[in-house]
Amino acid sequence: MYVAVKGGERAIDNAHAWLAEERRGDPSVAELSVAQIREQLALAVNRVMTEGSLYDPDLAALAIKQARGDLIEAIFLIRAYRTTLPRIGHSRPVETETMLCDRRISATFKDVPGGQVLGPTFDYTHRLLDFKLAADGEAMAAQMAAPRLESTPHVTEFLNKEGLIQTEDRSEDTPPDLTREPMELPANRALRLQALARGDEGFVLSMAYSTQRGYGNSHAFVGELRIGKVAVELDIPELGFAIEIGEVELTECETVNKFAGSKIEPPQFTRGYGLTFGQTERKAISMALVDRALRSKELGVEMSNSPAHDEEFVLYHCDNIQATGFLEHIKLPHYVDFQSEMELVRKMRAEIFAAQHKEAAE
Amino acid sequence: MNKMNPTPSQDEAPDSAARKAWMSVLAKSNPKDLNAAITAYGALPAFDWLRRPEIGGVMVRGRMGGTGTAFNLGEMTATRCSLRLETGEVGHAYVQGRDTRHAEQAAIVDAMMQGANASTVQETIVTPLADGLASERVKRAEKAAATKVDFFTMVRGED
Repeated sequence: MYVAVKGGERAIDNAHAWLAEERRGDPSVAELSVAQIREQLALAVNRVMTEGSLYDPDLAALAIKQARGDLIEAIFLIRAYRTTLPRIGHSRPVETETMLCDRRISATFKDVPGGQVLGPTFDYTHRLLDFKLAADGEAMAAQMAAPRLESTPHVTEFLNKEGLIQTEDRSEDTPPDLTREPMELPANRALRLQALARGDEGFVLSMAYSTQRGYGNSHAFVGELRIGKVAVELDIPELGFAIEIGEVELTECETVNKFAGSKIEPPQFTRGYGLTFGQTERKAISMALVDRALRSKELGVEMSNSPAHDEEFVLYHCDNIQATGFLEHIKLPHYVDFQSEMELVRKMRAEIFAAQHKEAAE
Repeated sequence: MNKMNPTPSQDEAPDSAARKAWMSVLAKSNPKDLNAAITAYGALPAFDWLRRPEIGGVMVRGRMGGTGTAFNLGEMTATRCSLRLETGEVGHAYVQGRDTRHAEQAAIVDAMMQGANASTVQETIVTPLADGLASERVKRAEKAAATKVDFFTMVRGED
């Protein structure tokens, strides 16, 4: 029997009021401002912008505050806001070669023009808790040295000069946009890169790690990792030329993989590419490895049944908002669904017990 | 590469290259700095809206491998508006973020840069803002330079 029920409004209102109180925490502790989150939890802000697929540090900081630090919830808020924005246009592709690099390292060449610039990195820290941060203390000031203001060439260009690395074809085709049309498989590389750029960091990291451990074995080197600001150029329809409307901080990772050659291609290196908003290098490196793994078919190399080689598996499971939406909906009322399941199990049990009873009697 | 003073490409008239440069400076400047520069300039002319400030998204594109075919990376917030000064000049603004005041002030300055007082506006508003942006770049580059690795080879005791 199905009985329609309503109710819960008061409970919901009160739950939200309590949520607001819990979000604030102990009122004797100073409240966090959005600016404090933006400035002092910048890497959380960067992750929310990257996976929320919207570059706006103030909005991401607000979302983190509202979500009580639950980053997937914050990403959800940003995605929801993003859908309300009218699309003004699309930028010219950013030229990462002109990036003013805060950080730029290569694991393949020691001596590259521009050098190895570490930037504000956690690398080489000892991962020991710093109790000075728990006390009020002055931050150490950054050191200065003679600046390099010219652009820093990409490391892979050096390999390219010898023909040792596969070249990137350059076309000006309009790339597909999964925020406008649903993703269709097989996806081209542009669509895959868009999906991976906004994909869950943990998922993309695990997929990348699986390729390193032998599930679709391919050994990647970080040819180059760079972090810094690039100008965003937008064509202005009223004027007929492009202007720089602002700057975004980006992390770019290029990986190189050895390729033994095929019937048509000589031995050379192949490439994987990662590009993300803000300082998000774990994500950018992971993205580059997974990009390279998903290119196996078009490159005609090491195909396998490994998860990272399965485009459908990767692209349909990398989005944490889709995943959490489907996963978390099962906690919402399923009273009627479950009632029918229960009826079915009762009926099956009754049939089995009846048969057993009959067997015993014979 | 210094993006503060972009050189005109072949298909752009010299005056549109100049306008591109000042519009870029106005868009990239911190709204607080723009407001301070405008306050230093003095009274602004009256204007009528052609398009009131509108907040929206711009899809930022990247290139595969940094140099290849374009793909959609993700959006950024942006605000645009257009206005006409009482003296007739039309100003446009497209600025990053959601600050409608930033867009309004950028559009007013864009219009004033086409009027009779352009050289004063350049001197008191645009040039100081461009200098500020350039010195911020230098400061960041100086910090990065201090973290550049100097490799040295250990003396080997083979001979």
